[in-house]
Amino acid sequence: MDSSTWIKNLRIRDRIIQAVRDFLHGEGFVEVATPLIVQAPLPEPSIDAFQVCTDAGRPSLYLIPSPELHLKRLLARGLSKVFQLGPAFRKGERGTRHLPEFTMLEWYRVGADYNHLMDDCERLIACTARAAGAGEQSIPYDGNSIDISRPFPRITVDEAFRRWAGWSPLAETDLDRFDEDMAFKVEPALSASRPCFLLDYPAALASLARLKRGMPRVAERVELYAGGLELANGFSELTDANEQEARFRRDRALRRKRGLKCYPWPRAFLSDLKRLPRCAGMALGIDRLVMLLTDSKDIDEVIPLPPEYD
Amino acid sequence: MYDSSDLRKGLKIIIDGAPYIITDFQFSKPGKGQALYRCKLKNMVTGYTMDRTYRSGEKFEPANLDQAHMQYLYNDAEGYHFMDTRTYEQVTLTNEQVGEAKNFLKDNMEVDVLFFQGTPIDISLPIFVELKVVKADPGVKGDTATGATKPAVLETGHKIQVPLFIEEGETLKIDTRTGEYVERVKK
Repeated sequence: MDSSTWIKNLRIRDRIIQAVRDFLHGEGFVEVATPLIVQAPLPEPSIDAFQVCTDAGRPSLYLIPSPELHLKRLLARGLSKVFQLGPAFRKGERGTRHLPEFTMLEWYRVGADYNHLMDDCERLIACTARAAGAGEQSIPYDGNSIDISRPFPRITVDEAFRRWAGWSPLAETDLDRFDEDMAFKVEPALSASRPCFLLDYPAALASLARLKRGMPRVAERVELYAGGLELANGFSELTDANEQEARFRRDRALRRKRGLKCYPWPRAFLSDLKRLPRCAGMALGIDRLVMLLTDSKDIDEVIPLPPEYD
Repeated sequence: MYDSSDLRKGLKIIIDGAPYIITDFQFSKPGKGQALYRCKLKNMVTGYTMDRTYRSGEKFEPANLDQAHMQYLYNDAEGYHFMDTRTYEQVTLTNEQVGEAKNFLKDNMEVDVLFFQGTPIDISLPIFVELKVVKADPGVKGDTATGATKPAVLETGHKIQVPLFIEEGETLKIDTRTGEYVERVKK
């Protein structure tokens, strides 16, 4: 990549971030910066946190893989629309679409479900595409023209897997097979010419999401894809503290089985969760959004400096 | 031992007892799912290529290769013959093993031959080699800066793009990593 493209990308990145903030402030959201160093990171089965060096005898500390737990605690304590736009850290994630230290946007709405999040995403794509000068109706990405007119198509995980992988993950959730077919069969088939919402995940794949009413095997989780890029993930949030605790136990057992480190129990979060109102929240990778809106194939083209390690 | 997170393009590992080099590498992690390390691998003995996907936490034995400085002698129906200039021991590599390197290989050139458990499997050319142009259209005087190029045939039979001022019979410095012309060598 030549330096004029890189400089142009950084200018567009700045405008996109400004547009995101303007959009959310216009919707009445409050921006916060919660701690980046924590004792108990999110116990997701496949996300590894960086450990921070501490003095001998002091408890282990970690860099947040996501501000999710903090933001839900703020809702439990009375905020109703909140967002954080800043760094998040995930050890070992490095590729043309991954950085171990990346820029994450998370926003949460009280009284909402994942349908509101999809609406937010559609409007956010429109206003950031405009700010980036990428296009009003369509944007170019990787040789295709992506029509960004609203509403974006929606497809359930079950439909997508039946269509492109030839099996139903609701009938039998084989996690290894699911990840592989998702990465190599489903994701490449989605969203080349239209952004797309993939929704209604098997319950085992959405630890923090509420189950769909009348469908106990399906969780209200949604992912936004565009141009083959996974841009955002959101949930109608689980607000049942007992159920959450049971799921964290299950995830912890899975981490142990996979030989991953078990983090301290997220006590403060589970305690605040008892007061969490009905809400929904979405996490969007800002670097990937900038890739989409600058027609960049490699994440390194849209960041100021690459990490000194990988 | 290597771990899945060490996998990247160019790494040499043992799979089922054979040495493989990773020729293409892609890190994937579908939404909240497990990390997947997708590799294109080439068997360094047979040239056979395959795709494999690995998960976090898998272990790999490094393919430790021995290297000997050898002189290229000639090629025939059997393949390419090299000689160790100290021991006079000779080895033969197949066309597949020599691969693209043949484009820049000329008699008596010194190269590194790579061995896996005593069997020669690959060669490594010097970064820069000097080769003579045996065929090119007449040169254009004075045109040294426009970046325009024309085809030229090297003494190995390989065709490359060169600046317009290059003439037949001149010797060129070539970068074997990119296969591109670097400069004219005054002889």
